[in-house]
Amino acid sequence: MTLSEGARLEMLDSLHWGVLDLAKCGDRDGLSIRHSVEWEGRSLLKALVKKSALCGEQVHILGCEVSEEEFREGFDSDINNRLVYHDFFRDPLNWSETGEALPGGPLGALRAMCKRTDLGPVTIALDSLSWLLLHLPCATLCQTLHAVSHQDSCPLGDGSPVGKVHVLGLLHEELHGPGPMGALSSLAQTEVTLGGTMGQASARILCRRPRQHPTDQTQWFSILPDFSLDLQAGPSIESQPHSDPHIPPVDPTAHLTFNLHLSKKEREARDSLTLPFQFSSEKQEALLRPRPSQATSHIFYEPDAYDDLDQEDPDDDLDV
Amino acid sequence: MFLELNNLLNTTPERAEQGKLTLLCDAKTDGSFLVHHFLSFYLKANCKVCFVALIQSFSHYNIVGQKLGVNLTMARERGQLVFLEGLKSAVDVFFQAQEKPHPLQFLREANAGNLKPLFEFVREALKPVDSGEAGWTYPVLLVDDLSVLLSLGLGAVAVLDFIHYCRATVCWELKGNVVVLVHDSGDVEDEENDILLNGLSHQSHLILRAEGLATGFCRDVHGQLRILWRRPLQSTSQRDQSLTYQYKIQDRSVSFFAKGMSPAVL
Repeated sequence: MTLSEGARLEMLDSLHWGVLDLAKCGDRDGLSIRHSVEWEGRSLLKALVKKSALCGEQVHILGCEVSEEEFREGFDSDINNRLVYHDFFRDPLNWSETGEALPGGPLGALRAMCKRTDLGPVTIALDSLSWLLLHLPCATLCQTLHAVSHQDSCPLGDGSPVGKVHVLGLLHEELHGPGPMGALSSLAQTEVTLGGTMGQASARILCRRPRQHPTDQTQWFSILPDFSLDLQAGPSIESQPHSDPHIPPVDPTAHLTFNLHLSKKEREARDSLTLPFQFSSEKQEALLRPRPSQATSHIFYEPDAYDDLDQEDPDDDLDV
Repeated sequence: MFLELNNLLNTTPERAEQGKLTLLCDAKTDGSFLVHHFLSFYLKANCKVCFVALIQSFSHYNIVGQKLGVNLTMARERGQLVFLEGLKSAVDVFFQAQEKPHPLQFLREANAGNLKPLFEFVREALKPVDSGEAGWTYPVLLVDDLSVLLSLGLGAVAVLDFIHYCRATVCWELKGNVVVLVHDSGDVEDEENDILLNGLSHQSHLILRAEGLATGFCRDVHGQLRILWRRPLQSTSQRDQSLTYQYKIQDRSVSFFAKGMSPAVL
């Protein structure tokens, strides 16, 4: 997928090319995906990882929450070859004491990435940032993340600049208080909060680029089975929640003792009826110039046998 | 096991999914009927079950199990069920000398400890036996319940780490299942419990949430069950499937019905 495709993909640009686009970004390149139990964000993380891999970047994944097989599931082999998975799922705290666990734990691995020597652009995906935040002091984590994403501004000893580093982090928003969340927000250049309605997922993208006005957009999207992103204009009508599938929808007009339907002639007659207060020009004329031949309204009175036809006004004897 | 619940979950003992973490939680009601359901379900599925029972005694689960058609005493004798009776063995921590750490060793520690000894107990209980006798289908870990561990002084992160390791070993390595019960504190502000519940919700494949009715106690409708399937493996649809039913607990079964469709009011 190229950057020059139509206007519809501009949202795609700002969603992650705002981070991954080398031309537009400033120094801070962090993107955090905030998700909740109802709207999960790992598929979006995988979609972004796939995008980076397709651009030729090397992708490092710090996997603390799911197994390597589960993370790599759904990717085809050329993408999987570009992913380097640091497995902290099996034994993150070194409980097995077999020596197989990577030394230093996830923090050590993250710090090691600060000292890398290859020059190409690299993407680091943290699955998940919440796990790191629960196990490491917030200050340590923030300092390490800052160091990782700022290494491109500190060139190597021989003067050659190191390639850009992009950090993607998955954050479970219910787990942390406002303090750590705020600290991570200030580190991240782009924050994507997932939500949705009526079965359709949406992403609220808050993008703060240096020397630019912060932007806040909402984009509806869905993730296809091969982890490519499909952007949509809005919640689609088909994804309305259906009634409970166990109970088929009942037609209330099915068994009535009266007729609710109109025949074709009846419908035509109803449509051609003019309403009493609908003033067409002819009706207005007729009202304004009453024809003398047109009689005023008549009262037809047929007296009963017991009616008193005395024409005398009963109120005549009143002295008023 | 409750047959109606099997229908709702679209599963039977013969063709249950493996490698899954199921989270049971209850709010303003008692969700332990779900624990009894899964215990009898997995015993009938011929699984090797490790039950960490911290709340009730063995005989309590046995009595309820007999109503549901499983005999826990026999299951324990033939090696299908490994039962850690928390109420009894907690006392052993203090009064019996142990060579290796007791599973509930954290009770002795002054500072917030970790659950590594308990994890090692679980791993030892569920590791596949090389002799291959009895041929259990897959291992299952059942915990009733995790909230009491918070009350006993552990931190939420320690409990989450324990479940993480259980998931890595039982679900991923041994292709078994893990079922845990957590109470939802609801109105009471309990940060540690919320962290535990939310953290587990993110890791679970299936969440069953038993809630009391908002309007209070009712003789004919005991509560409401919300079923949330997460991380469906077939499709990467963002929207996870969620269903809500009301239920009534009877002597040997639980009947489920759609909201407002209780037989008592129809």
